[in-house]
Amino acid sequence: MYEFNVHKPGSVADAASALKGADDGKFMAGGQTLIPTLKQRLASPSDVIDLGNVAELKGISDEGGAVKIGAMTTHAEVASSDVVTSQIPALAHLAGHIGDPQVRNRGTIGGSIANADPAADYPAAIVGLNATVHTNQRSIVADDFFTGMFETALNEDEIVTAVSFPKPEKAGYQKFPNPASRYAIVGVMVAQTGGQTRVAVTGAGPSVFRSSDAESALASNFSADALSGLAVSSADLNSDIHASADYRAHLVGVMAKRAVAAAT
Amino acid sequence: MAENGIGAPVRRKEDKRFITGAGRYTDDINRHGQAYAYFVRSPFPHATLNGIDKAVAEAAPGVLAVITGDDVAEAGWGGLICGWMVHNKDGSEMKAGSHPVLAQGKVRYVGDHVACVVAETYAQAKDAAELVEVDYGPLVACTSTADADKDGQPQVHDDVPNNTVYNWELGDQAAIDEAIASAAHVTKVDLINNRVVPNAMEPRAACGEYDPAQDSFTLYTTSQNPHVARLVMSAFIQIAPEHKLRVIAPDVGGGFGSKIYIYSEECICLMAAKKIGRPVKWTGDRSEAFLSDAHGRDHVTHAELAMDADGNFTALKVHTKANMGGYLSLFASCVPTYLYATLLAGQYRTPQIYCAVDAVFTNTVPVDAYRGAGRPEATYLLETIIDQAADELGRDPADLRRQNFIKPEQFPYDTPVALTYDTGDFHAVLDKALEVSDYSGFAARRAASEAKGKLRGVGFSCYIEACGIAPSAVVGSLGAGVGLWESAKIRFSHTGMCQVLTGAHSHGQGHETVFAQLIAEKLGVPIENVEVIHGDTEKTPVGMGTYGSRSLAVGGQAISNAADKIIEKGKKIAAHLLEASEADIEFKDGNFTVAGTDKSKALGEVIFEAYVPHNIPQGLVEPGMEEGAFYDPANFTYPSGTYICEVEVDPDTGVVTIDRLVAVDDFGVIVNPMIVEGQVHGGLAQGIGQALTENCVYDSAGQLLSASYMDYCMPKADDLPNFEVATTKTVCTHNALGVKGCGEAGAIGSPPAVMNAVADAIGTRISMPATAEKVWRALQANKTSQAAE
Repeated sequence: MYEFNVHKPGSVADAASALKGADDGKFMAGGQTLIPTLKQRLASPSDVIDLGNVAELKGISDEGGAVKIGAMTTHAEVASSDVVTSQIPALAHLAGHIGDPQVRNRGTIGGSIANADPAADYPAAIVGLNATVHTNQRSIVADDFFTGMFETALNEDEIVTAVSFPKPEKAGYQKFPNPASRYAIVGVMVAQTGGQTRVAVTGAGPSVFRSSDAESALASNFSADALSGLAVSSADLNSDIHASADYRAHLVGVMAKRAVAAAT
Repeated sequence: MAENGIGAPVRRKEDKRFITGAGRYTDDINRHGQAYAYFVRSPFPHATLNGIDKAVAEAAPGVLAVITGDDVAEAGWGGLICGWMVHNKDGSEMKAGSHPVLAQGKVRYVGDHVACVVAETYAQAKDAAELVEVDYGPLVACTSTADADKDGQPQVHDDVPNNTVYNWELGDQAAIDEAIASAAHVTKVDLINNRVVPNAMEPRAACGEYDPAQDSFTLYTTSQNPHVARLVMSAFIQIAPEHKLRVIAPDVGGGFGSKIYIYSEECICLMAAKKIGRPVKWTGDRSEAFLSDAHGRDHVTHAELAMDADGNFTALKVHTKANMGGYLSLFASCVPTYLYATLLAGQYRTPQIYCAVDAVFTNTVPVDAYRGAGRPEATYLLETIIDQAADELGRDPADLRRQNFIKPEQFPYDTPVALTYDTGDFHAVLDKALEVSDYSGFAARRAASEAKGKLRGVGFSCYIEACGIAPSAVVGSLGAGVGLWESAKIRFSHTGMCQVLTGAHSHGQGHETVFAQLIAEKLGVPIENVEVIHGDTEKTPVGMGTYGSRSLAVGGQAISNAADKIIEKGKKIAAHLLEASEADIEFKDGNFTVAGTDKSKALGEVIFEAYVPHNIPQGLVEPGMEEGAFYDPANFTYPSGTYICEVEVDPDTGVVTIDRLVAVDDFGVIVNPMIVEGQVHGGLAQGIGQALTENCVYDSAGQLLSASYMDYCMPKADDLPNFEVATTKTVCTHNALGVKGCGEAGAIGSPPAVMNAVADAIGTRISMPATAEKVWRALQANKTSQAAE
């Protein structure tokens, strides 16, 4: 690590002003990406603004038609929440399979989506469940939030405050984990919400994306069999030492089918 | 059996401190006034080193010294050595190349040591390391094991043409070619034994200290063999005479071979300590471990197995290229030769064997012994080609193996590859493994797997290993630069408390428990009254350290022999005290008794008498009770086993799940069955890691892509089945304890069992690691070829 200043604001407003006052500040949620990056000296922010003391960013509430999750809620809290497990079990399942117990007890939903790692699990939930991301400046609909590899619609001084997930009729998430890191090599969220079918794929491409072919196949027949003829192009998918683009394309189909079969 | 003696599953005495965080590892040691070292490492796999400007770094906050290769040269130090001479086919000596302590003229792998910055704090050293300006002239890297010795490849060492360290052979090539030409059937395989990163839980660390008053050094370091470290640093690197260099290897958290070798960092900590007049500590981080701990394996092999019309093996011919990395590490040369080719008889009567090995330099991390060292490579080759032969002949893989086993009545058995197996019963081991694994029920289990859409396969591996390394005369004749005996000393105090000083070194093996059990067995001393001392050249007798599953078979036997001397001396004293003839004194369960009477003296009484010899006549014995022994075995020991693995494969994804793994081993006499089982479990996990998950990848430019746990997949608990382990017993004939050693067996036997099971499930042989994508691709290729038929 290089040296940096640490701030521990108690409110979103104080956090935002701490960033404004810094030369090159960085918000830190659970720190599960930032801390290793700092330790590897791959980042050198002047100031780290730790959101851990901001109480208003924590908690899970049932809002009737939606489940609202505070940005600083950990994956472990989402996975074990009565509200989430009863209303959106697929989301609890997803959160319960992120990384390992240490990561799940430190990492947060807000930190994960703001970081927008192409292999993170939560982006598939945001897009697949058609969530709305609330910030200290506005609300952003799912399809507008992720804009590329590690890129989001967030402004530099914008803080994710919460995410609202409309309650789906049915949803399922399945991932093929990288055996080393347990990030998603391919993760697929399928959901029917308000009569609309969504299929969101994480891990496979530079950023989470929707599979319109899978969505139209499932719209009329929400069953694994409906996806039997699904052909996924590998053209824009990632290739690395863990999986080629071809293999990822194949896995999108397999995971989509399994997600449909697992959907409740 | 004595209480807590041989055969008792005693809980490990050392675990309380390890489990409660009270262990004392090298990084836990902080010396007064200690400064910190950080190493500048090459970001290039291959480059000329045109110059180093250290002025800016030297002026940085807290910096005390910046050391480069020029400083090492100025000190007149020698280089890091390879301690085992291997000869070429024509009798000439291998070409070892240079191995400077800090790079001179060239860097040869990413992670190579360029400079060392010493500062008041670790962070200051690390900051200043970025300010050392190194002028590199990047060169094209040589990275391929298979191609390294071909024309046109970049030359890693200018004085080693075609990157060839040696072309070595064992056996008669002409005779083998004739046998293969006349065979009824010849099975051929091309294999890669994949490179693995050792990943000891504790990264390497060192703390060097210089005492100007005595002109002597002390080095705390993560070593498996502190006396060997002292010897090499003194006699070859010439840091200081041996009596002026104390090496302490305190608690060490795993080694798997990687902490046998002498590394640059520990040498430079000593140089820096003298230079700045303060202790200097270096603690490697995990990234440095990936980039600088000696890696393992990395063979490319073509092999041919000839059989007669009945399936009897008649000849085996092997040609292996072995990657040595950028420099020749301490024992690198012997691993693919004398620890590999000599094991190619396996458990079989194959009458003729020929093995040629070309060792090559590449621009990668040096490769040396890693848990099993040569023997896993031999076993993987042999057990793969035999499995392939069974496939080709339509034979049951267990039956073909059994048909060719050395028979129990053939021991001692001279193999055609220089070893003499003293004992074994391979049939009994296989029979037990078949029984434990319920081999006859496999067809039903396969059907059950198929019913749920999974492919199931079963795989065998019948390994043998040569361990208890080794008879000094034998290893000397093969090129070793050292003898491989072991030492022990048993020291009693007035009150009968026992210290056992051993030259073996525990870095997880449980010596403090097992060696205490030997004392309990031999002398009847309660294990809580026994303290095992190791890992300090100033405390223990000169010892050769721990590797090659040798601690018990060599070091343990030395302890046993020292205990015999205690008994002999004790008998003299007891005879005097009991007014009996020495010949009439029997020693049993801690008591000296006059045979046929109830007259006896406890060991404690005799020891007290030895230290307070008021009643001992002059000349009977020397006072005191302390005896030492050096033990040099007459032969290697030969543990063997049969491992049977069953896997399930998900055809949709290619994911391999190990459903069952049965390991039946013959380790001879077992001192602590709980520790042995733990060793087997650990070895199995490591072997399964190599077979399924550990994918060490260099790109063609020479960068290590799998250099963190995000990309390098260690086996995790949920990747492993509940192991089913059992043992059979034939007793080692040439050590009195009858022990063989168990530290490496799991890692030797398991990879081929797993890979043969995968091949049985999917119908294709693929290379390790059997990652999901590789398996899926093999299944897709099978589908395509079936469609074409």
